[in-house]
Amino acid sequence: MSKVLVIAQHADGKLSAAVSKTVSAAVAIGGEVVVAVFAVDGAAVAAEAAKIAGVTKVLTVNNAANEHLLAAALAPQIVELAKGYSHVLFPGTTFGKDLAPRVAAKLDVQQVSDIMAVNSPTSFDRPIYAGNAITTVEAPASPLILGTVRLASFQAAAQGGSAAVESASVSATIPTHTRFVNLEAQKSDRPELQSANRVVSGGRALASSENFKIIYDLADKLRAGVGASRAAVDSGYVPNDMQVGQTGKIIAPELYIAIGISGAIQHLAGIKDARTIVAINKDAEAPIFEVADFGLVGDLFQVVPELTGKV
Amino acid sequence: MKALVSVKRAVDYNVRIQVKPDGSGVVTEGVKHSMNPFDEIAMEEAVRLKEKGKITEIIAITVGGAKNEETLRSALAFGADRAIHIKEEGEIQPLTAAKALAAAFKKEGAQVFFAGKQAIDDDANQTGQMVASLLDLPQATFASKVELDGNKATVTREVDAGLETLEVDLPAVITADLRLNEPRYLKLPDIMKAKKKPIDVQSFSSLGVTPGAGLKTTKTSAPPKRSKGIVVKTVDELVAALKGKGLL
Ligand SMILES: Cc1cc2nc3c(=O)[nH]c(=O)nc-3n(C[C@H](O)[C@H](O)[C@H](O)COP(=O)(O)OP(=O)(O)OC[C@H]3O[C@@H](n4cnc5c(N)ncnc54)[C@H](O)[C@@H]3O)c2cc1C
Ligand SMILES: Nc1ncnc2c1ncn2[C@@H]1O[C@H](COP(=O)(O)O)[C@@H](O)[C@H]1O
Repeated sequence: MSKVLVIAQHADGKLSAAVSKTVSAAVAIGGEVVVAVFAVDGAAVAAEAAKIAGVTKVLTVNNAANEHLLAAALAPQIVELAKGYSHVLFPGTTFGKDLAPRVAAKLDVQQVSDIMAVNSPTSFDRPIYAGNAITTVEAPASPLILGTVRLASFQAAAQGGSAAVESASVSATIPTHTRFVNLEAQKSDRPELQSANRVVSGGRALASSENFKIIYDLADKLRAGVGASRAAVDSGYVPNDMQVGQTGKIIAPELYIAIGISGAIQHLAGIKDARTIVAINKDAEAPIFEVADFGLVGDLFQVVPELTGKV
Repeated sequence: MKALVSVKRAVDYNVRIQVKPDGSGVVTEGVKHSMNPFDEIAMEEAVRLKEKGKITEIIAITVGGAKNEETLRSALAFGADRAIHIKEEGEIQPLTAAKALAAAFKKEGAQVFFAGKQAIDDDANQTGQMVASLLDLPQATFASKVELDGNKATVTREVDAGLETLEVDLPAVITADLRLNEPRYLKLPDIMKAKKKPIDVQSFSSLGVTPGAGLKTTKTSAPPKRSKGIVVKTVDELVAALKGKGLL
């Protein structure tokens, strides 16, 4: 029977929404699901994790070195903790993508990145070429299987669990060669991009950060998260954490509205799982219309304020 | 200070990927290949650091078949001083590539290992982190700013929450994200000069690397196609359509 270890991501004493999606992938593998919380004091985060349906047990590993969840500090501890597990799963966030390979190499395991479907405990689907092809891979069961979970492919596991919380101690030498300096986090009251039901994104066509107000206004009316194309981020209209696409965030909202975005394959890679895509673009030939459920050809500076007024 | 920069040959990012009808993979024959875009950024960063006097020698390195030589020639045209070609045909998975790259890094006694954050063919996003892990070195992934200062590096990273800055002791592994820089266009004289620069050919066995078991691809399929929707003429029509689907 499988025994799956899920590595928890958290910040400011709160469990990340990515964890309950990762748990869904673990549940699909089957067997026991154990969530590990590495923290300075993981009690509050562990209590949240224990409530996720399908979780059998939560382990806390407390250590002052876990303050910033640095890959270099966590990896040797996870290598120790992973003994006896058949699978180790990480959320497919920048946290998991940074950390998982560091653990995999130490365990001499070839990692499965971006698991989008679990076919069996050893067979998984994952995207390649910016999601333009899907491969089914068979991973050797021994010594264990390690992967990151593509969050857009899994629903969050339900609440209502009551798993036991235990503290675990691991003996690992934690290196001091990597030091946290700071985090410039973007503060926003808008729904978080990766869990928002609706997302409105703007592209290069917005032409300035001031003009992005048009996007924010529509988003606020819709209570939507706000995203952007790489071109809009590169041009400095919005911060990097808003980028949607192959190398930005991969999202799966109910409604995605792309405004002044051409629809390059790298952008589409991030929105393939959106339920409904709306495109507003003045060029009727823009590739975004190939994937849009509803397209409106027009000048965004006229059309979008009108739309904001009517929703 | 010596820097090693890993460069991978991949299908060009502009190519429309075709999945083979028999499910055995994607069509790569007769398709334009170029240096993985993230590796161009890693190369550019190394060259800029050399221009600033922080790095003294740049060694480009690749793991792959004979055709990878053209990728090394591009790296040499960017400004690498010399190159290492770990010549192995067939599929090479990240852990195996990482073992070979780590062995070469150690052998060269370099101080910085630059890689792209991911290769746009396998989209694995693993190799740099694995090199760091195998050598017990610090890693600073998804870099958007790199400063080298004596025996340490200060790196700003693009993370989901925003921008994180780390300080790492050298030697270290740094992986490049898109906004680290904009790679230069290669000029003809540099391309000509690159033809004369040396490429040292190695192999897994010369580096003492044994490829592991790895993943077995059993099938490759095309993603579900999104059907082309409808074009509405006015904002009112759009609002009505969204209401009709229960989205407003
Ligand atoms: C390795 C790699 C990774 C990448 N990763 C990503 C990624 O993760 N995410 C991403 O988005 N991109 C990514 N890109 C970049 C991608 O290839 C495109 O360059 C980018 O998505 C283009 O952004 P855009 O659509 O905003 O700009 P453009 O392509 O310039 O499109 C602007 C659009 O706005 C329309 N427009 C102009 N004015 C108006 C107006 N007044 N009203 C309405 N419409 C108007 C135009 O018709 C055009 O279609 C990546 C590229 C590479 C090489
Ligand atoms: N076969 C290879 N040869 C050279 N560099 C590689 C190879 N495979 C991966 N890399 C490097 O590792 C980075 C990440 O690749 P990947 O882990 O495959 O997404 C790439 O951008 C390259 O810099």
